Amino acid sequence: MISQFFVMSQRGDNIVFRDYRGDVQKGSAEIFFRKVKFWKEDGQEEAPPVFNADGVNYFHVKVVGLLFVATTRVNVSPSLVLELLQRIARVIKDYLGVLNEDSLRKNFVLVYELLDEVIDFGYVQSTSTEVLKSYVFNEPIVIDAARLQPLGPASIFMQGTKRMPGTAVTKSVVANEPGGRKREEIFVDIIEKISVTFSSSGYILTSEIDGTIQMKSYLTGNPEIRIALNEDLGIGKGGRSIYDYRSSTGSGAVVLDDCNFHESVRLDSFDTDRTLSLIPPDGEFPVMNYRMTQEFKPPFRINTLIEEAGPLKAEVIIKVSAEFSSSITANTIVVEMPLPKYTTSNIIKFLFTVSNILYKIVGGSEHTLRAKLTFSQETHGNITKESGPVNMTFTIPMYNASRLQVKYLQIAKKSSTYNPYRWVRYVTQANSYVARI
Amino acid sequence: MAPPAQSQRTQSPSQPSGKGEVSDLKTQLRQLAGSRAPGVDDSKRELFKKVISYMTIGIDVSSVFGEMVMCSVTPDIVLKKMCYLYVGNYAKVNPDLALLTINFLQRDCKDQDPMIRGLALRSLCSLRVANLVEYLVGPLGLGLKDSNSYVRTVAVFGVLKLYHISASTCIDEEFPLTLKHLMLNDPDAQVVANCLTALQEIWSAEASNSEDASREREALISKPVIYYFLNRMRVFSEWAQCIVLELVSKYVPSDNNEIFDIMNLLEDRLQHANGAVVLATIKVFLHLTLSMNDVHQQVYERIKAPLLTLVSSGSPEQSYAVLSHLHLLVMRAPFIFASDYKHFYCQYNEPSYVKKLKLEMLTAVANESNTYEIVTELCEYAANVDIPIARESIRAVGKIALQQYDVNAIVDRLLQFLEMEKDYVTAEALVLVKDLLRKYPQWSQDCIAVVGSISSNNVQEPKAKAALIWMLGEYSQEMHDAPYILESLIENWDEEHSAEVRLHLLTAVMKCFFKRAPETQKALGAALSAGLADFHQDVHDRALFYYRLLQYNVSVAESVVNPPKQAVSVFADTQSSEIKDRIFDEFNTLSVVYQKPSYMFTDKEHRGPFEFSDELGNLSIGAEAAENVAPALMVEANDKDLLLSTSEEEEIKGPAYNGSAYSAPLYDASSPSVSSLSTQSELAISNLISPGNASQSSFAIDDLLGLVPASAPAPAPLPPQLKLNSKAALDPGTFQQKWRQLSLALSQDFTLSPQGVAALTTPQTLLRHMQGHSIHCIASGGQSPNFKFFFFAQKAEESSNYLVECIINTSSAKAQIKIKADDQTTSQAFSDLFQSALSKFGLS
Repeated sequence: MISQFFVMSQRGDNIVFRDYRGDVQKGSAEIFFRKVKFWKEDGQEEAPPVFNADGVNYFHVKVVGLLFVATTRVNVSPSLVLELLQRIARVIKDYLGVLNEDSLRKNFVLVYELLDEVIDFGYVQSTSTEVLKSYVFNEPIVIDAARLQPLGPASIFMQGTKRMPGTAVTKSVVANEPGGRKREEIFVDIIEKISVTFSSSGYILTSEIDGTIQMKSYLTGNPEIRIALNEDLGIGKGGRSIYDYRSSTGSGAVVLDDCNFHESVRLDSFDTDRTLSLIPPDGEFPVMNYRMTQEFKPPFRINTLIEEAGPLKAEVIIKVSAEFSSSITANTIVVEMPLPKYTTSNIIKFLFTVSNILYKIVGGSEHTLRAKLTFSQETHGNITKESGPVNMTFTIPMYNASRLQVKYLQIAKKSSTYNPYRWVRYVTQANSYVARI
Repeated sequence: MAPPAQSQRTQSPSQPSGKGEVSDLKTQLRQLAGSRAPGVDDSKRELFKKVISYMTIGIDVSSVFGEMVMCSVTPDIVLKKMCYLYVGNYAKVNPDLALLTINFLQRDCKDQDPMIRGLALRSLCSLRVANLVEYLVGPLGLGLKDSNSYVRTVAVFGVLKLYHISASTCIDEEFPLTLKHLMLNDPDAQVVANCLTALQEIWSAEASNSEDASREREALISKPVIYYFLNRMRVFSEWAQCIVLELVSKYVPSDNNEIFDIMNLLEDRLQHANGAVVLATIKVFLHLTLSMNDVHQQVYERIKAPLLTLVSSGSPEQSYAVLSHLHLLVMRAPFIFASDYKHFYCQYNEPSYVKKLKLEMLTAVANESNTYEIVTELCEYAANVDIPIARESIRAVGKIALQQYDVNAIVDRLLQFLEMEKDYVTAEALVLVKDLLRKYPQWSQDCIAVVGSISSNNVQEPKAKAALIWMLGEYSQEMHDAPYILESLIENWDEEHSAEVRLHLLTAVMKCFFKRAPETQKALGAALSAGLADFHQDVHDRALFYYRLLQYNVSVAESVVNPPKQAVSVFADTQSSEIKDRIFDEFNTLSVVYQKPSYMFTDKEHRGPFEFSDELGNLSIGAEAAENVAPALMVEANDKDLLLSTSEEEEIKGPAYNGSAYSAPLYDASSPSVSSLSTQSELAISNLISPGNASQSSFAIDDLLGLVPASAPAPAPLPPQLKLNSKAALDPGTFQQKWRQLSLALSQDFTLSPQGVAALTTPQTLLRHMQGHSIHCIASGGQSPNFKFFFFAQKAEESSNYLVECIINTSSAKAQIKIKADDQTTSQAFSDLFQSALSKFGLS
């Protein structure tokens, strides 16, 4: 049960503010903002998502630079409230097409309408875009998506290959297309975030893939959909031990550690033929989340060398090699390496980026980054110990490290002429891609 | 979001005061109000939008209330909704104007469109104006019977809203019974879920006044109701499922088969993508299997994977909430998670609040087989750019060292930290080496060699400096220049700002003196005279104490300050196991994230429904320690152990400890912490000199000085009315049982005297006072400003008991007591006695 809900801009003003129970003081938004802005407790400088100030519990999540906040005096379930905040953001995005400060400000009356139905007296009533449709009467004022910065993992498709309809991810579920008739289409995105830690000798210490199959449907009449995954997909540790001895990649089966599903998903035939069936509700939602620690081939290898050249100088050489097919191109690549404080060669003393260029790397290629360092004090041969690790972020469209696949996407509708657009898209992103030195 | 205080807003220059704009709006609205021109709704919409947007940013637009109401006579639903929103916000501050809205809201409640009926009913109930309650009853009654489920869901919460405006009206109209009927019969899942929510809130609030309500509340967790909900689990929305699951977690099944049935039924909920559902399910599993050890452990195994998946999917905020729960489970059963340690490695871009939790988990799961890898990983973090995390990592290494039997490799690592020449790394490592030496004195040779090479000038942090000084004193035999380093530190006495360091310096120089007298004598003299002149009370006292001790007899002094030492075998935990159990009971609530039980951060009324296990849970604090009598002392005894043995850990985990229920007053926290570093016998004495350290010792002093003769209670409390047995005894189990059995005889609120409030810095002070009045405490807890006590007393001649629950809020100077008595006829007399005793608190 929550008492208030509000959305705050980065500057600390309320874009929407709804008080459901009236048992938290009115100045709570201001108190909250001050707390978060000047957080300094437990030696940490970042406010945790949940904190208590004078008996009021404040929850917040950050979405596209906005703060979605809830307050309560009651000892509630934190994951329920945080989940709810995240869900509210998603519902709003479904309605507005694009979620940002501008679109929120333009549509705040619609947002109030939504909030009225999502929560009553502090209790969640519904967060389903579909259900809410019948209660919402304002037309969204759609803002021009073309001017926008790409946001969120799926936005990668907006700039990518031409085959992809660029506006799809920013389309409101309720607004009508300017052309009149709604386009029948459905998007299934397989988004994987990979975490790899390499030891200083290049050996993989830990690796994990956190994946989501995300769906966004614009199909009228809510037909049933079947998604078939790899037939030999294994789930759980039981199956894993067999494969542990296999070489890292190759023909072996994909084995997930664990997964969970959206509530609309029916798993009747999942155990036999690995198909999921569901009637997709409107709006964007994760069909399935999965986690995999099975070994996989990391897309990049990183080699780092620090050569000391006298007591006050050194050179850093970072070699990045792309170990994927040359038909694939990785983009938005950043490589960074923290250096000791006494490095003077860079204005940012503490954490500087060896290369902050938006690189594109084509599969199979190899790149070497060099940087010369000068120090304000002698290094005592400690430079290697005090710098690093090298961290890399990247996005690789049409690549998935886990080899989990959507084999087919079947839309059950009897008409033979009915052939909606189906988009199945893959993308891999770095979550924590670290090479120690 | 009613108008904020004017002063707040007008001060900020960036906000328009809005006065001019608001009066503009007012005129424009007035013009439109009567108009029936085409397109007028559009202009109204624009104006309404403006009003709402002003309202959102905090400009007071309550002055257009009348105009808004006039304009709202419209079929346009968007306009209506905006108007409802507006009215809901300002009705409370404009109760007179609110009356204007009643009319059109009531009419809308009978509209043909169920949507409008629902909206109007919701707005009507959200006005929060007490004198309009009479207008609610009719529409609510109709709403509950409406054929449309949307209207019914709204009406159910309308009842709850009504209850909060006027509880008596709600009860008198018998709405709760209607809700109960709906809950068990309505075809719509959301209506059912709302009924459950509303009834939980209403009956929990009523339970303290009415036996009926508390019976109704109990009935919600009876088998038929629970099964009714369980069987319909699938039809509920994910959010309603959370509510139902929370209810199920309170249910006590009659046998094991039932437990397995429920778990089988809920098994697939663990695969839900919504973390709140999964955690609620896990709570059910954990609570159901508490008494079945093997199964309980299997549950841990089963929930591991879903929890880890939730941690790695979703936003960082969501995964933090789940991780906090995982943290709790790891702390409870580290061995189950020992093989999953890699999941607790920190990732490059994680927020530090996540990293901190992970470090603690890594520390907990370390065992013989994984220590090497975990420590290697932790050492990587020690060079982290995020300094707080780097420090935390070093401490983690130290803690693992203290857990393990084979510390060989870890000691080497710690010593390497000392050689890293980063201030904070050195500082943390010094503190750890000191702890390590207390546990494994056999390592002194290796450590001392490295520590000796550290220049005390490079160590600035008080804790690290204190650790270094302790080692100098303790190992002055082995460290050749120890007396000289101490001497130079004493020369700079005045520049040493930390009292902790000065205290250590005194003790260290004493120890050094007994080992190497000729070299140290001069320094000792200087230290003692500097100490005597010190403005800090503790430093002064200790210097004086040493001085007198030396004067009295040097060999006695040596046996006090420098006796042979025993290694510390276990460093006590900072959180008592009772607190941990409380937090575990409150699984899937904020208690887990804050790592404190709810009574420490919420008022009673906000702890959420179904907290009636509360009292009993609190009692267990006394119950577990209560093997021998003198129950009032047991809580403090616990407290004392906690403080003395873990003062160092306390500093490390400062915030967590501060959350503990029984924290001693701030000022004496430093003295026990120092004494713990010293020897056993020294400890005993420092106990005597540190005030308020523990009531046992304070009693001893009191006895010695004859201040409060414990045997003779102060002026006998009004003997004619009721005489209490001053030596009453009751074991906690019986208390708990009686508390459950007896019905409430009396419940009263009253105000405390300001002196009483001032004296109530810790629960202990009150206990002693009440004992003087023959009222004994069986359990106590809480922290300023909220304290909670359970007292008992016995009639002098017969064995008739009085049980009291007393909640004191020092910030509002309010006390709330609930009395239960074997003999109900005398409960008023006892209440008077109790109050008069309490009112004397702080005056004596």
